[in-house]
Amino acid sequence: MLGPFTYCTWLACSVLEAGVVVCAVKRGAFRRYLPLNLWMILELLSGVFRFYVLYSFGLQSSEYYYFYYYSEALTTIGLYFALSSLYAHVLEELKAKAYVRTGAFLLLLGTAVFSYLIVRQSADRMTTLFVVELSQNLYFVGLVLTYLLWGAILKLRETRTRLIQFVLSLGVLFSLFAANYAMRNLYPNLQWLWGSLPQLFDCFLPLAWCYTFLKIPEEARLMPARLAVAPR
Amino acid sequence: MMAAIILVCSVVLFLQFFVFYCRSLIAVSAKQALSPEVQEVTGIQRTASGEDFRRVMQLLQLCPERREDRNGIQAIGLYFSLLNLLHATVARLAPSMRHWTETERGQCTYFAAVALERRISFSRDMLAQQMDA
Repeated sequence: MLGPFTYCTWLACSVLEAGVVVCAVKRGAFRRYLPLNLWMILELLSGVFRFYVLYSFGLQSSEYYYFYYYSEALTTIGLYFALSSLYAHVLEELKAKAYVRTGAFLLLLGTAVFSYLIVRQSADRMTTLFVVELSQNLYFVGLVLTYLLWGAILKLRETRTRLIQFVLSLGVLFSLFAANYAMRNLYPNLQWLWGSLPQLFDCFLPLAWCYTFLKIPEEARLMPARLAVAPR
Repeated sequence: MMAAIILVCSVVLFLQFFVFYCRSLIAVSAKQALSPEVQEVTGIQRTASGEDFRRVMQLLQLCPERREDRNGIQAIGLYFSLLNLLHATVARLAPSMRHWTETERGQCTYFAAVALERRISFSRDMLAQQMDA
């Protein structure tokens, strides 16, 4: 049985995800950041259907188990493509859209092959383990890619504040998830903790993006080099 | 071993992204001027001091909360605690670090004052709507 904490974070997260899309539409930024908004809609639908499956079949059912992990993998892949769309925004002056798309697809394929190689011994539960492994690896790949994107922002002197905040908030999310998965592997006996933290992490991105859409106008500019100033 | 490496990388990158994200929030608010009313309430004229942060946060909590502000305020609160930790430890040994943490703490206070300004105008709008109704 799920507790009130899970239900509350679930509801808050769904409301915030819908809020991001509403804010984007309200600020006329839905089409400009289409992949980010589509990912939010995918997350929202995944949450709603997950609740439906839970309500219909129960927490211990194999239907819920499979739906949970498959929808998780699907949304992680979606987030990965949302990140690659931010690459396209940052590199748009270099006309590198096709290269970004090909690179993202090849990296996804590489991560999938790597995940398969890790789980191929467990023939009995291979598909499920593969899906879980793929999600974990994609979070780490996403983190590395976000870091590289941040490097590109600094190098190319990208000044669009909205874009900078999208990238930094994605970096925070990916690093939280990657750290959580690593802790889960290092301390498996604290499963109750590592299992409940992602629900809190999930609320961070919609909140951050709601704030960005509402408070930061598209024309707002910021020198990213100023953010990276270290004390001397 | 692999999990430990991933953990270390994730924590280091998390700290970096978190600090940059907070500084981007602060940089946006630093461009906004405070109204004379908020300047009077908070005692902040041009530059803010880190010592005033708690007081401004207390004032902020007196106003009705706005959902879209909550994330930024919590993030800056966390960033301020991180700066306090640095201020009390590493900054004692390095004077440049001390100056940097002091400036950053002051900017956190200014961010809180800007949030206070927003909340006050929001409360005022709500009151005006109620009066009209």
